[in-house]
Amino acid sequence: METINAGDTAWVMMSAALVLFMTPGLAIFYAGMVRVKSVLNMIMMSFAAMGVVSIVWVMYGYSLTFGPDSGAGLIGDLSLMGLSGVAETTVGAPGHEIPTLAFVMFQMTFAIITVALLSGAIADRAKFRAWMVFMIIWVTLVYFPIAHWAFMFDGGDGGWIGDRLGALDFAGGTAVEITSGASALALAIVLGPRMGWRREAMRPHNLPLVLLGAGMLWFGWFGFNAGSALTAGSTAAVALINTQVCTAAAALSWIAVERLRDGHATTLGAASGAIVGAVAITPSCAFLTPMGAIGLGLVAGAISAVAVGWKYRLGYDDSLDVVGVHGMGGIVGMLAIGFLATTAVNPAGQDGLFAGGGFALLGKQTVAVVATAAFAFTMTFLLAHLVNRVVGFRADADDELRGLDVATHAESAYEFGPTSGVGMLSGTHPGSMHRETE
Amino acid sequence: MKLITAIIKPHALDRVREALQAQGVEGMTVTEASGYGRQRGHTEVYRGAEYVVDLVPKVRLEVVVEDDDTDHIVDVLVAAARTGKIGDGKVWVTPVEAIVRVRTGERGPDAV
Repeated sequence: METINAGDTAWVMMSAALVLFMTPGLAIFYAGMVRVKSVLNMIMMSFAAMGVVSIVWVMYGYSLTFGPDSGAGLIGDLSLMGLSGVAETTVGAPGHEIPTLAFVMFQMTFAIITVALLSGAIADRAKFRAWMVFMIIWVTLVYFPIAHWAFMFDGGDGGWIGDRLGALDFAGGTAVEITSGASALALAIVLGPRMGWRREAMRPHNLPLVLLGAGMLWFGWFGFNAGSALTAGSTAAVALINTQVCTAAAALSWIAVERLRDGHATTLGAASGAIVGAVAITPSCAFLTPMGAIGLGLVAGAISAVAVGWKYRLGYDDSLDVVGVHGMGGIVGMLAIGFLATTAVNPAGQDGLFAGGGFALLGKQTVAVVATAAFAFTMTFLLAHLVNRVVGFRADADDELRGLDVATHAESAYEFGPTSGVGMLSGTHPGSMHRETE
Repeated sequence: MKLITAIIKPHALDRVREALQAQGVEGMTVTEASGYGRQRGHTEVYRGAEYVVDLVPKVRLEVVVEDDDTDHIVDVLVAAARTGKIGDGKVWVTPVEAIVRVRTGERGPDAV
């Protein structure tokens, strides 16, 4: 084995753990937003992604994504199936080599969370066995190709978005955020709205869980973005500070929009804004100044605070706003690179419009955005229809009404007392009594 | 014997309980309830979507008392539960035909 840089390796291995932690964080973030009858199903969809995608990634996912390109920058080959021969190799620039297995693990966590993200669009109503089947097909035919396009660099012979077109996407604005947003839209359309959508109250059942999950995501995102440098150096430091300030700014701008529009700054708005900021800075974190990152956060938070309302007008039940938060945030972040990127921060980047680079970079960013969104939406639409045709994607009406926790998993999320949940009417508060016994 | 049923605001429960205890009422049953009267509900906003919440949390309190005490206990209960604001609740009285203490099998007023 060649020389290994211990500092870089330590940082990437720790980042892998940070990013993996985001998926249970996402599960908790999502779980707080659904109704009390399908909390466990919501969490289970994410945990199932950790199970399924981990194995698929080792079997052939890493090979399709990071194996030698099989032609036009569209997909890798199968030469690294089962991680054959990978243990003896390293990745990274001279002096910054890390074991390839550390990189395999780091990138595995990206595939996991991208799949888990989709579950927010189909809360409370997806058949669990259909989800299991769908995950395998979707990650194979949608995520692996797009991740190859964006992340596979091989001296101009890698993926077409990152290595050939030269669009900038540092940590996954295309492969993770826009891919999940566009696919979530297709899934929400194919499955249709939850029973009673827009007639019944479908309030988040536990906002503290949402905020806890948002905090876990915020924490893990430092591994996601700064870890994507694959070295523990100045690029990672730029990504680190930008991740923090863009997330902070977007949380503030979302609640500012709410205060002006609805009259109240909400905790759900603060959590949602923070996630939008982290999403928007994901592709751009290594190319912007911290002041640019603050500006991006302010814009991205405000746009998504408005965009989450579109589903009511357009009539698709993207239940937990994967489109409005991840899709829109990813698009804003990718396009912002075309304006705000500067080589003063990162010589490996490019200059955007405001740094005197002209429209060239903005054009490339736009192509990457449109191609990713179009491919992800179209493929997901077809695959979801296929799964629906073969195994039925939508849960039975009775199961949906009873709640998927009991119907699918034979469990309830909460024990409310000796009568176990009796009296938990949809749309009512359980009340707030605390009595000391005498 | 009469059954006094009161629907009151949750935060009035402690005042009512103490007031009744001072009058010698030795037991009661309390249930969390939801409902609305003239108070109606309130509006909540989640990611810009408004939800009108019609049912507001209430406490349902039940006490069995002897016939002669009924009016007095109702007065005490109402005074303790009143804030003067809309949504203070309702109290009603119904006759009780029989009552048994489960542990001893006692019946009638001895079982209260």
